[in-house]
Amino acid sequence: MVETGHFALVLAFALSLVQMLVPLYGARAGSQKMMAVGGPVAVTGFALTALSFAALATAYASSDFSVASVWENSHSLQPLIYKITGTWGNHEGSMLLWVLILTFFGALVAVFGSNLPATLKANVLAVQGAIGAAFFLFILATSNPFTRLNPAPIEGRDLNPVLQDLGLAIHPPLLYLGYVGFSICFSFSVAALIEGRIDASWARWVRPWTLVAWMFLTGGIAMGSYWAYYELGWGGFWFWDPVENASFMPWLAGTALLHSAIVMEKRSALKIWTLLLAILTFSLSLLGTFLVRSGVLTSVHAFATDPTRGVFILCILTLFIGGSLALFALRASRLTAGGLFHPISREGALVLNNLFLTTATATVLVGTLYPLALEAVTGGKISVGAPFFDLTFGPLMLPLLAIVPFGPLLAWKRGDVFAAAQRLMAAFAAALAAMLVTGLFVDGASVFAALGVGLAVWLVCGALTDLAVKSGFGSVTPAIMLRRFAGLPRSVFGTALAHLGLGLTLLGIVGTLSFGTEKILSMHAGETVELSGHTLRFEGLYPAQGPNYSEDRGRFVVIGADGNAKGEISSAKRFFPVRQTTTTESGIRTVWFSQLYLSLGDEGNDGSVVVRLWWKPLVTLIWGGAVVMMAGAAMSLMDRRLRVGAPARRKELVPSASLS
Amino acid sequence: MTRKQKRLSVIVAGLAFLGAATGLTFYALGQKASYFYMPGDLATATVQPGQRIRLGGLVEKGTIERGQGATVAFSVTDKQKSVKVTYTGILPDLFREEQGVITEGSFGPDGVFVADSVLAKHDERYMPKEVADGLKAKGVWQESKSE
Repeated sequence: MVETGHFALVLAFALSLVQMLVPLYGARAGSQKMMAVGGPVAVTGFALTALSFAALATAYASSDFSVASVWENSHSLQPLIYKITGTWGNHEGSMLLWVLILTFFGALVAVFGSNLPATLKANVLAVQGAIGAAFFLFILATSNPFTRLNPAPIEGRDLNPVLQDLGLAIHPPLLYLGYVGFSICFSFSVAALIEGRIDASWARWVRPWTLVAWMFLTGGIAMGSYWAYYELGWGGFWFWDPVENASFMPWLAGTALLHSAIVMEKRSALKIWTLLLAILTFSLSLLGTFLVRSGVLTSVHAFATDPTRGVFILCILTLFIGGSLALFALRASRLTAGGLFHPISREGALVLNNLFLTTATATVLVGTLYPLALEAVTGGKISVGAPFFDLTFGPLMLPLLAIVPFGPLLAWKRGDVFAAAQRLMAAFAAALAAMLVTGLFVDGASVFAALGVGLAVWLVCGALTDLAVKSGFGSVTPAIMLRRFAGLPRSVFGTALAHLGLGLTLLGIVGTLSFGTEKILSMHAGETVELSGHTLRFEGLYPAQGPNYSEDRGRFVVIGADGNAKGEISSAKRFFPVRQTTTTESGIRTVWFSQLYLSLGDEGNDGSVVVRLWWKPLVTLIWGGAVVMMAGAAMSLMDRRLRVGAPARRKELVPSASLS
Repeated sequence: MTRKQKRLSVIVAGLAFLGAATGLTFYALGQKASYFYMPGDLATATVQPGQRIRLGGLVEKGTIERGQGATVAFSVTDKQKSVKVTYTGILPDLFREEQGVITEGSFGPDGVFVADSVLAKHDERYMPKEVADGLKAKGVWQESKSE
């Protein structure tokens, strides 16, 4: 089985070379037959990669320690779910997952792209094949997951205990679906540059792919944030760690792309910019892969460091980013510019959105790469953390968030700010009220907190106002309004939901950062502690045995106002003997949207235990908001326009924006 | 305003915006980035009390003292010099004697380093990269080839 997987991987590499060369040549030579090769080859390549992945997963599930990667990252006593998720809980396996998703997206284009112009489809598949070829070669040359050990060891070395969690089943696949999903937008852009033409069907094709990738990336980042929050026991949801930034940069650029693609689709303006943004977004995904996989950074994600891998990925990075940007520089001037618009209009608002988002992306990029550059040049070692990003990223986000509700209410081409402001009066009043209530009546509220809460309420009410205005609130009878509301395009709901989710996430962040409380103390069994109105009694430490670990579980009883027990929270110190590693399992109790979070520290000589306790108001909204944003993206995807909008296939395409 | 002037003003506003963002970024890099030092480097470097730095090295054997509540004191060493560090909070699971750590914080007026975060890694094979590089440069530690 393992050899089958290895063989399938080599075959998939060979096919990706075919996919890269034949359709590309066919598109230049005008050969229908050669262009048609791309589709079946892409589907077969995906099937082979899936087979290869299944072979590796089987080796993991059956604890076949004759495979080096399984030996290093698995153990026979692990629960089956962690044996399976361990397939991608290591460098080799996660790269295989990366190409699996890449070929999956290529196959999707092949299957659903029957209404694309033949040359565009051929070029897209060729570019997709080229990316695939580079990464297949990378895997086979530097990170082969199928390397055998002889003699086979009897027992494995266990999966990193931090990764033995359900988060590993969800976070990497979601994140990769997002990261790699942007490869389609990239391929479409490069294909458009190769052809020297962007037409309306191009935008209609790129937008849904952007939405899909963005949706998964949002989910992947949120899931990673929640996982780090409960698993690492530090109680933080975002650390501005370079690896987090690596996933956040494509998200910011992707968000900008999502918005500029709307302008391009509806108004055929900003074509060149959208194309560049699509290239940049995937370039940032590649950069993220490089940062995480090369071992230039130290983090939980850097599984193993091997300099040859870093150099190899750097070459791939240079080739694709440099190549696509060079092509852009050569060809962009030949693309025709699109429609004109007044600065105050929907287009203008979206341009402003793009300006803020790309600048924010650039500050994150500087903060992430500057320490690496400085070390390479001067040897000095610095760390750039939260204080830097608070000062640079924060001021960029505040005005952006403040103008979000205006965007959807402005008309295309030429908008009326005053009319929009009038409609937003209610939302503004609600935001002002929330700000005043927070500032005046909530203990310990800072100016920042009041402002943040106001901004969050502004976003949520602004999104609701948009829906209300578009269903004719105030001008028609409720019955008609309801009918109009139901008949609104799905993309309007999508926009409103995404913006509403953004508001919720902001509310969660402000709530946790501004009103969160924390206590660190050393406790004996039987003692009680009080934090923000919650009383906890420490019951003591109870030893227990897990499948591949032993633990000391600290149990705490939550005591209500009447003195009776309301529930229990427990946090554990787990010891994994194979890796000689201890991990902390935090204890969490959710109260409405807030959480009581507890983690155990060291045991003292006198039987006391250090306990760290947090009260995190509204913290779940941070991730809940992300889920609402994902729902918004899904809603937009269901829009009629995106389902049936693509033009029918024609032999002779009318060159709508062609150059000659 | 003519169209040309309008376009010009949009471009100027855009450039001013980008200029402000760039300025802010470099100001923040100068002010908010924290430098990494090892105890031996501190003799030559000028680090003011209160300036945020990262201090890395090995936890010196026999120096871990648990104080009141959750306060811990220990020394960080690079085998040339050592610096006393205090920290209030929960130490990472991998915090042990003779293990590499990175602490972040600033020096108090008494010369004791007050850390507000302590990092050790989630893997026993690990040595924080900065610490490993620093120790290798000083010739006091070689990468063990255990595999």
